[in-house]
Amino acid sequence: MMEAKLLTQHYDKPQYKTLKGYLELDGYQMLKKALKMRPQEIIDEVKASGLRGRGGAGFPTGVKWGFLPNNGEPRYLLCNADEGEPGTFKDRLMMERAPHQLIEGMIISAFAVQSAKSYIYVRGEYNQSYDTLEKAIREAYEAGYLGKNILGSGFDHDLDIYRGAGAYICGEETGMISSLEGLKGQPKLKPPFPAIQGYLRKPTIVNNVETLAAVIPILRDGAAGYRKYGTEKSAGTKLFSVSGDVVKPGTYEVPLGYPLMDLINKECGGLRPGRRLKAVIPGGSSAPVLTAAECERATMDYENLAELKSMLGSGAVIVIDDSKCMVDLLHVILHFYHHESCGQCTPCREGTGWLEKISKGIIYGTAKLQDLDLLERVAENMKGRTICALSDAAALPTISFVQKFRDEFEYFIREGRSKVRGKIYAQMHH
Amino acid sequence: MFKLSADGLAKVKSELERYESKYSAIIPALYIAQKENKGWVSPQVVEHLSDIMDIPASRIDEVLKFYTMFNQRPVGKHHIQVCCNVSCAMKEARELTDYICSKLQVKEGDVTADGHFTVTRVECLGSCDTAPVAQIGDRYYENLSTDVVDQLLKELK
Repeated sequence: MMEAKLLTQHYDKPQYKTLKGYLELDGYQMLKKALKMRPQEIIDEVKASGLRGRGGAGFPTGVKWGFLPNNGEPRYLLCNADEGEPGTFKDRLMMERAPHQLIEGMIISAFAVQSAKSYIYVRGEYNQSYDTLEKAIREAYEAGYLGKNILGSGFDHDLDIYRGAGAYICGEETGMISSLEGLKGQPKLKPPFPAIQGYLRKPTIVNNVETLAAVIPILRDGAAGYRKYGTEKSAGTKLFSVSGDVVKPGTYEVPLGYPLMDLINKECGGLRPGRRLKAVIPGGSSAPVLTAAECERATMDYENLAELKSMLGSGAVIVIDDSKCMVDLLHVILHFYHHESCGQCTPCREGTGWLEKISKGIIYGTAKLQDLDLLERVAENMKGRTICALSDAAALPTISFVQKFRDEFEYFIREGRSKVRGKIYAQMHH
Repeated sequence: MFKLSADGLAKVKSELERYESKYSAIIPALYIAQKENKGWVSPQVVEHLSDIMDIPASRIDEVLKFYTMFNQRPVGKHHIQVCCNVSCAMKEARELTDYICSKLQVKEGDVTADGHFTVTRVECLGSCDTAPVAQIGDRYYENLSTDVVDQLLKELK
């Protein structure tokens, strides 16, 4: 397999986060190239590259850019750096080790969509990312990469940074827009989509950190060069953040279509000695879980994971070995989604609470076997009935955990303890 | 009665001018005020911000209550926020939180008698590869164990 480090090749060099170090390693060269192109040429190149949004939804980036109306209104570019999906930490690495890469990608993208103002919305907890980016933005202004008449091209662009304050739902694009507008971060009904009516009701493009940075290798190697990596429908490389029961958790860049078991065994050093793989959540805690058997035929791309009825999501791979209790893990996940529901939509507000309550009942020994059917039924009724996808994010893991590991749930209800661990944390401490 | 320092006031005013909408300055202003009010936002803080920003207190209050990074009750000098989401839970972060509480003889969310510490559980901190993780002030502390925590608490005292 060919080396596939399109974004991360310099991440181990500490100087890469400074402007000086970035320039020494050919930084801002693609911006110079872009400013000599016509904006539509860049959009066409991004479209041809097949780049899909790396935040979770996987929508084609160039197509999204093409939705902006030509109505003369100011346009905004909003970088989604509110990385809150449990298991996901890939963007933090880029912001802390390669901030200029994100900034360069944003200026190129802003030029392509002809936006004079952009924001990076960073999750509140990421202080180090915020500080590193703020410093890099200052450097970029001083060097003439931001501000008026960038590099003598006649293109003006201002970039600012905004710090969120701890709300998972602000990672959803319309929730993020609400938050940036100084409101509770509650999602808005779509349509209208942000490209038509976004920040301050003006046309707005929201892209993930990794998506915006990927524009640089696309311009460097051309769409065809980028398409050498990945599969036909999942082009390019992807950052995967791997956590859980592997020897070397971390962020790894591999081509899309990479076998999941290779990611676990070759990149992450496999499982701890003596342990067997039980399950993997392949795309953040909202993705349906895969069994060990399914993992054997999983490749890390949008299509294959959809075929396995799961999803690539944000690229957060959580590896679970045979020492873990699936009832316990589902309860942790459900507690999270209940906690983070913004409360606007009844199926989500009530549903997440209901799911958490039933899972708690299993753990505390008050549940009956029929409650497993109830769990599935409530979850099924939450799917696709709300403004945003948070409701689905709670429903999908619930259904997959219960269906694929039903024996563990039934055992827990019958025996009042975990099939794997005996008593589990919640039972012992509350 | 809470009042921002001259420096804090200048910062809030600069945030008010920074964005197209003054409401966008609410979150930054709450951060500034929280820092000056020993780590939490009291009703008096909200009233004061409402006066100087010319925004109804109810608008500031609803933002305050939506976001988890604003504390609505007093916290210790060091606020230890332990992530207990999936990857950290798999690495016994919940047990570690109990350990920290018992070591400091404090219940989750309360302030220790000497005013030094508050321990709370938080949701994913986005550092799942170095689980278990805690945030104390502006810093992340990663790959925690009881030994590391013992050392850390000694240093923070």
